[in-house]
Amino acid sequence: MSTEPAAHHGAHVTHEVHHEELGFLWKYVFSTDHKVIGIQYAITALVFLFFGFSLMMLMRWQLAYPGAALPLIGGLLGDSRMPGGTMLPEFYNELGAMHGTIMVFLGVVPLAVGGFGNFVLPLQIGAPDMAFPRLNMLSYWSFFLGGVTMLASFFVPGGAAQSGWTSYAPLSIIAGTGQTWWLIGMIFLITSSLLGAINFITTTIQLRAKGLSFMRFPFFVWAQFVTAFLLLLAFPPLEAASVMQLMDRVAGTSFFLPSGLVVSGQALTNAGGGNPLLWQHLFWFLAHPEVYVLILPAMGIVAEIIANNTRKPLWGYRSMVYSLVFLGFMSFIVWAHHMFMTGMGTAMAAFFQTTTMIISIPSVVILTALIISLWGGSIRFNTPMLFATAFLPMFGIGGLTGLPLGLNVTDIPLHDTYYVIGHFHYVVAPGTILALFAGIYYWFPKATGRKMNETLGKIHFWGSFVCMNVIFMPMFWLGMAGVSRRLYDGGASYNFAQPVMHLHVISSWGAWIMAIFQLAFIFNFFWSIWKGAKTSDNPWDATTIEWAAPSPPPHGNFIHLPQAYRGPYEYSVPGATRDFVPQCEA
Amino acid sequence: MDIPYTVEVRQDTGLINGKIGIWLFLASEVMLFGALFASYILIRTGSQSWPRGDTILNVPLATINTIVLITSSVTMVMAWASLMRRRFETFRLYMGGTILLGLVFLIIKFFEYSHKFETGLYPSTNNFLAIYFTLTGLHGLHVIGGMAVNAYFWGPGAKLWKTNPEWFTNRVEHSGLFWHFVDLVWIFLFPTLYLL
Amino acid sequence: MSDTVEHVDHAVDIDRHVRIYITVFVALMALTIITVAISRLHLPVPIAVTVALLVATVKGTLVACYFMHLISEKKLIYAVLGVTVAFFVVLLALPVLTTSNGYWIH
Repeated sequence: MSTEPAAHHGAHVTHEVHHEELGFLWKYVFSTDHKVIGIQYAITALVFLFFGFSLMMLMRWQLAYPGAALPLIGGLLGDSRMPGGTMLPEFYNELGAMHGTIMVFLGVVPLAVGGFGNFVLPLQIGAPDMAFPRLNMLSYWSFFLGGVTMLASFFVPGGAAQSGWTSYAPLSIIAGTGQTWWLIGMIFLITSSLLGAINFITTTIQLRAKGLSFMRFPFFVWAQFVTAFLLLLAFPPLEAASVMQLMDRVAGTSFFLPSGLVVSGQALTNAGGGNPLLWQHLFWFLAHPEVYVLILPAMGIVAEIIANNTRKPLWGYRSMVYSLVFLGFMSFIVWAHHMFMTGMGTAMAAFFQTTTMIISIPSVVILTALIISLWGGSIRFNTPMLFATAFLPMFGIGGLTGLPLGLNVTDIPLHDTYYVIGHFHYVVAPGTILALFAGIYYWFPKATGRKMNETLGKIHFWGSFVCMNVIFMPMFWLGMAGVSRRLYDGGASYNFAQPVMHLHVISSWGAWIMAIFQLAFIFNFFWSIWKGAKTSDNPWDATTIEWAAPSPPPHGNFIHLPQAYRGPYEYSVPGATRDFVPQCEA
Repeated sequence: MDIPYTVEVRQDTGLINGKIGIWLFLASEVMLFGALFASYILIRTGSQSWPRGDTILNVPLATINTIVLITSSVTMVMAWASLMRRRFETFRLYMGGTILLGLVFLIIKFFEYSHKFETGLYPSTNNFLAIYFTLTGLHGLHVIGGMAVNAYFWGPGAKLWKTNPEWFTNRVEHSGLFWHFVDLVWIFLFPTLYLL
Repeated sequence: MSDTVEHVDHAVDIDRHVRIYITVFVALMALTIITVAISRLHLPVPIAVTVALLVATVKGTLVACYFMHLISEKKLIYAVLGVTVAFFVVLLALPVLTTSNGYWIH
């Protein structure tokens, strides 16, 4: 992972080029090199992912054995959270809200976009770096500050935010100090994403290599490009809403507080006249495109790995690209399907139901194209490919289970039940996270010049894949039985829920066993950095431009800026000497 | 290592990186203020009664502020035009004028706000004032930000003119775009809050 | 407007632009006075809103087209802004349409 400055030629020089040795701080901490920043994002995000996972493992104890004392760890968490080792409902809520927040905003998106986007995108388009390297560095540190703020919130009186990752008013307005920290943390995180999005879009348009037209982009580049637009245009309303919620909490305004609220027998003294639904509209205006931010980079990663390991071009590239752009656009006009139960008029409910049904079409096109891409391929089942192919049916299940939620009549019994939790986790956990693992195994050699161990990788894969299904499949049955989400005892105090409570035990053991399999990954990752088998620059015999750079690439990436001569997936071209022709080979 | 198209345009797009960057940033700002305008609409249509702007707010002062901001937009674009004409001292005059007019805007705003507080009118008093303070407050923060960037180009940043006049001119143009946007937001804020 | 072409060629261009800036400035001043004057008439709210927003839109368009040079910008910028405006309209219109009050403003 060294990025020694190297003499670089080939770029337009209109002002002095300087090659002074940068100090440790400027080279590794406040680096403006997209590769260093990408790795910073990735490592930080992985730490947050494992932390968020740990929060969930705690929750799963309470869900499997409600009211039981947690051995060993229970005693460590103090009386304000787990007196006598048994979980307080407030602590369960804290875990729930922060698990969601951390996984989405500190884990998955920073890894998928900040990590993979930053590291791979400039290399894949043949650029020396991002268009605005210093802005890139600021983006990472803004993310870091946001993460620190979120973590610090656990230590304020009353604990961290506990009003769900959705922070619905009025509960979030009357909640403890942790919620204020959540809002401040979100403002840092949103700023980071906005600056990053500006960088990604400008870089993709302006710094792509000569000959690299839009329809010659690897699908990964398209995915990151559309994702950046989603971040750019959907995040600001949540930033505005966060400021407004801060005002409600701190300045006594009533943007989201209706009149006549009574809390614990005391009437609130706020002026009132506000609208809790306003928060929901502004939140979901972001949060729906946000779920496409979660899935699009994953589709990009899977597409690259499938093309590479089937040794044939992607099937239906053009329709995949059009679907991606259409999906991005549609994602802005479906958000109120998260609000079907808020009493909106039938006309608008019908509108959002319709757009929601329409948006499933491009997703299906992309999934189908990826599946058909396997047909007739010379498939190599290495670790990245195992993860990438597993993504397909998992995303299929996630997507299909979204349909009854998007139809407002079937949403009535399923809304806010475990069915919803099962649905979105299938898309994000056995979906996106499997794809992110695929990407780590795939691009690890480019970043380090070494491969991760295949045996450990396969153990990690099978363990994670099986356990994820064990965790999330039972949730559909829990939901269809009517068990609500966010219940601190998982529904144990309801008579109607008794026949399905054992499903929680199954999910919990799935989660705890899955944790053990992650050890294989963690060990493999760090051990391979120093002891992994050394590889060539292009160990996967891949066509895309990043593989033409040295592994790891130096500062500036390419000795001579490459040029694109053909499409991104020229595998098994009839008449060629090898089964692949690199995109930038003359 | 140099980033291409920082100063010279890319042939097929006809643009430099900074121009795209600033317009993308402004697009995100459109959505930011859009959310606040959407909130205004939802809150106002959902409330039993809503005061007409001139019954609570100071229209004459705000009209002056509107004139101040529009004038500062002219001085801003003239600052850039001076650089295009290679007249650096004229640039400093116009840019200085822009910063000063921004300061005038903020001073008038300060008087507006303090008068409100003195008469017991706070964001918490009612939703009209809540959205008024939030919208104008966020706008004011953008005025401060714009002034800071402009001050940088008027002062320490101006030495870039000697080493790379094209890049300096471009950067002034881009910060000008941000300043005009701040003016644009006010052009909508003023009637919405004060006149309706 | 800011490529590596000699600035000498742009001098004449700039003079024309400066004349436009002054014209636009005068128009903006006039429109400001007009919008304040009309507001003194205390027209019924729906009409007042429509007129005020119309005037503001004209003023905003002048600032955007001439001060921000949008009238001679590149297609890419138009595309980005077009998409943004579409989503801006969605954000302003749809939430209020989900409420029963969504058809009038008092």
